[in-house]
Amino acid sequence: MDNGKRQSVTVRVQINGETREAAVESRTLLAYFIRDTLGLTGTHVGCDTTSCGACTVLLDGVPVKSCTVLAVQAHGHQLETVEGLEQDGKLHPLQQAFWDNHGLQCGFCTPGMLMTALALVRQEPLADEETIRRAISGNLCRCTGYMNIVKAIRQAGRTVAQTQEV
Amino acid sequence: MAVEATEAQPLGKAVKRKEDPRLIRGQGRYLDDIVLPNMLYMALVRSPYAHARIRGIDVEEALKVPGVQAVLTGEDLAQMNLHWMPTLAGDKQMVLATGKVLFQYQEVAAVVADSRAAAEDAAQKVQVDYEPLPAVVDPFFALTPDAPILREDREEKSNHIWHWEVGDKEATDAALAGSPVRIKEVIRMPRVHPAPIEPCGCIADYQKATGKLTWYVTSQAPHAHRTVLAMVSGLPEHMIHVISPDVGGGFGNKVPVYPGYVCAVVLSLKLGRPVKWVETRTENIATTNFARDYHMTAEIGATEDGRVTALKVSTIADHGAFDAAADPTRFPAGLFSIVTGSYRFPVAFAEVDGVYTNKAPGGVAYRCSFRVTEASFLIERAMQTLALKLNMDPAELRRRNFIQPDEFPYQSALGWTYDSGNYESTLNKALALVDYDRLRQEQKERRERGELVGIGLSTFTEIVGAGPSHTFDILGIKMFDSCEIRVHPTGKVIARLGTRHQGQGHETTFAQIIAHELGLTASDVLIEEGDTDTAPYGLGTYASRSTPTAGGAAALAARRIRQKAQQIAAHLLEMAPEDVEWDGSQFVAKGLPSRRVSMAEVALAAYTNVPPGMEPGLEATYYYDPPNLTFPNGAYVAVVSIDRGTGQVRVERFVAVDDCGTVINPMVVEGQVHGGLTEGFGIAFMQEIAFDEDGNCLAPNFMEYLVPTALETPRWETDRTETPSPHHPIGAKGVGESPNVGSPAAFVNAVVDALSPYGVTNVDIPMFPWKIWEILKTHGLAL
Ligand code: FES
Ligand code: FES
Repeated sequence: MDNGKRQSVTVRVQINGETREAAVESRTLLAYFIRDTLGLTGTHVGCDTTSCGACTVLLDGVPVKSCTVLAVQAHGHQLETVEGLEQDGKLHPLQQAFWDNHGLQCGFCTPGMLMTALALVRQEPLADEETIRRAISGNLCRCTGYMNIVKAIRQAGRTVAQTQEV
Repeated sequence: MAVEATEAQPLGKAVKRKEDPRLIRGQGRYLDDIVLPNMLYMALVRSPYAHARIRGIDVEEALKVPGVQAVLTGEDLAQMNLHWMPTLAGDKQMVLATGKVLFQYQEVAAVVADSRAAAEDAAQKVQVDYEPLPAVVDPFFALTPDAPILREDREEKSNHIWHWEVGDKEATDAALAGSPVRIKEVIRMPRVHPAPIEPCGCIADYQKATGKLTWYVTSQAPHAHRTVLAMVSGLPEHMIHVISPDVGGGFGNKVPVYPGYVCAVVLSLKLGRPVKWVETRTENIATTNFARDYHMTAEIGATEDGRVTALKVSTIADHGAFDAAADPTRFPAGLFSIVTGSYRFPVAFAEVDGVYTNKAPGGVAYRCSFRVTEASFLIERAMQTLALKLNMDPAELRRRNFIQPDEFPYQSALGWTYDSGNYESTLNKALALVDYDRLRQEQKERRERGELVGIGLSTFTEIVGAGPSHTFDILGIKMFDSCEIRVHPTGKVIARLGTRHQGQGHETTFAQIIAHELGLTASDVLIEEGDTDTAPYGLGTYASRSTPTAGGAAALAARRIRQKAQQIAAHLLEMAPEDVEWDGSQFVAKGLPSRRVSMAEVALAAYTNVPPGMEPGLEATYYYDPPNLTFPNGAYVAVVSIDRGTGQVRVERFVAVDDCGTVINPMVVEGQVHGGLTEGFGIAFMQEIAFDEDGNCLAPNFMEYLVPTALETPRWETDRTETPSPHHPIGAKGVGESPNVGSPAAFVNAVVDALSPYGVTNVDIPMFPWKIWEILKTHGLAL
């Protein structure tokens, strides 16, 4: 299986609006490409097995668990991570709402949670509580008990609906 | 973007968290985010067997993998006498196995390579020749003569580790024998794991040129880890610099020292390069310290009218292969003796026997002040059994037995001095919130319609804030905690503490305490924790001890600052110090309220214009040795219904009223309660680390080890009463763990209440739907 020679491939992505390119081993997972190769450590790894959601990023606008996507699969695609949320020194309504509503404690699940929520508020800013809970059910949080996260997403959704700024 | 300015006198206000601006931007700095030049990566080779002899280890193929720098085995460590290390519980634990492995996934070899992937590749090429041995999984079997002796290193040829007891056995037996009403219930708290979303890890960075080791580690107790490392490695302690960066949740999981840490340190010392090791999720759940695994039997005696007369508890504690509990030295069963709970037991006796089995070592205090969760679960469950036996409303039974407000400080039968509480008012608030009488009426009506509806109570008392130095130490180190405050010339402050938060919000709440004492705003105060070269010595953050210990130190260090500041203020006002007073935010000339100076003015003067003869500067350090522990309490009510078709339990309502004394930040307290309740819910309904008869771990990942998602988690209704601790400098008691300690019994009591008309008095946790469904089938209730 492993003969010591690993194929290197070039992966080029648009990440948070910026084009980045690097040569990596073909087996490199997207989470590690983002964290180790591109140096964007806001995307976290909590399980490596598609269970916790800490590594969630948007791939062409759709939330994916980047620990279970190969970097090569993202070649030529658009990626969004937590680092892209703040625009022109202004927090994204989701970031603001998580802060306002105590939607995080240790903060480890937060970037993944924000990205899952981002996809939701873009599609359905005024989603009801049940819909929000379903949407974030792939993102585990061990600290908050989710209530304040749900509250934060609702607040952010209302802001987004009002300002149409997503 | 700056943190919003917060109001003056911030104690008790919902100040927004100061740590959030970096965390919501993805700019936290967690362990795995740290990359050092020249860094190597380590992976561990682990045993597939729970019990096996190691016949040989062949590392040749592994060394051929490109990028591999070294492979370390137990025999290599034995040459340095590092193959065993002490545990915090006074036992010892293998770092890398020699001779035998004693649990599945045990550490057998360490591989270090240029990349994470190369290290993992090579780890798979280490060939270990095992001779499987029969595994001992059941702790009761472990104590029988038929069980093989697991720990050949010990002199005692037995799987029994220790016996611990407290209370008056004879008097308890006599009181039980003389009691007209008696109950006995077997209550089990299975093995669970804290499973924070960030796994454990470290980077060991030894610089040969300076002889200094910098050790970045996911640590809840960085100073204690430094001392342990100095003891284990022989490195001088001042040449070890421990940095615990942002920690992604801990819940007790990040208190112990793990074998992977020691291997990374040894490899860095050997290679002179930084070595990083980060656990996988499976390594986290299957090998780092578990919690609970307490198998308890409770007996209560009572009078016909429901006054308790005696409590007797015996427990088998499964510690796995090594007793790696992180309890204070004199407490092998932690603070389990809080088991008399909120009730006036005239006499009690409790005993615990620790046992070795072929499972991962532990157990830690998982969101719990050392076995307090087990104790609370036991007494709150047993009170339910007693209520059923007496056919008495469980709220009424509790009222009849509560320690009364005028009895504090209360001396419990098992030796604790409870500081304060008003249990009945806490309970009444919870019952009012849930509208208890109407709820019971509704329950009656719904039962008549064939529904299974239950209401469960838990009115627990916790014991936190370890602890006073006359009783509490870990490896001899007294369990005080500390705070150092420096006031800069412009009136801004940096404060460092010996604790290390993992999401509890210390950067905000400790800033609030200090700002409040100094007449500043929380944004004027920067809190730093987790760096042993700068922070004063302290024992760390677990067991809800930070606010009771370091929080006390923060207030008292600030008061020390104020003492000196008063002299300077008097100098500025050209008055005698005794003619100047502190009005809560400024120094004021007595009787001349217009003549005042602020702390910022004093701070400037401390560096520019001190009174003649005074040492310049404005700093203080306080090592706070609390006179007693604190005793938070709470009253929880769970309302559940059971689906007769599936056995699924639905939590319809959950009301939690907590009393944690003075509240520093109500928003943070509420967040702690939400999180703790959710973990308590997980423990009651879904979290369990089970094993098959060969000792294979059946839940080594998040597919099998189920933690609550947003979908299952109930909506919590929270409130509080506030009974300050009389001995804590600001009256605070600590809250992070209460909800996890108090809630599991409320859930079980509710399910039992739903099923009690059919003779059910106990349901083992976790209450999986299949388990409930079997009970429904047995009683002809399944649809
Ligand atoms: S790290 Fe990707 S889902 Fe957990
Ligand atoms: S905030 Fe800690 S895991 Fe969610």
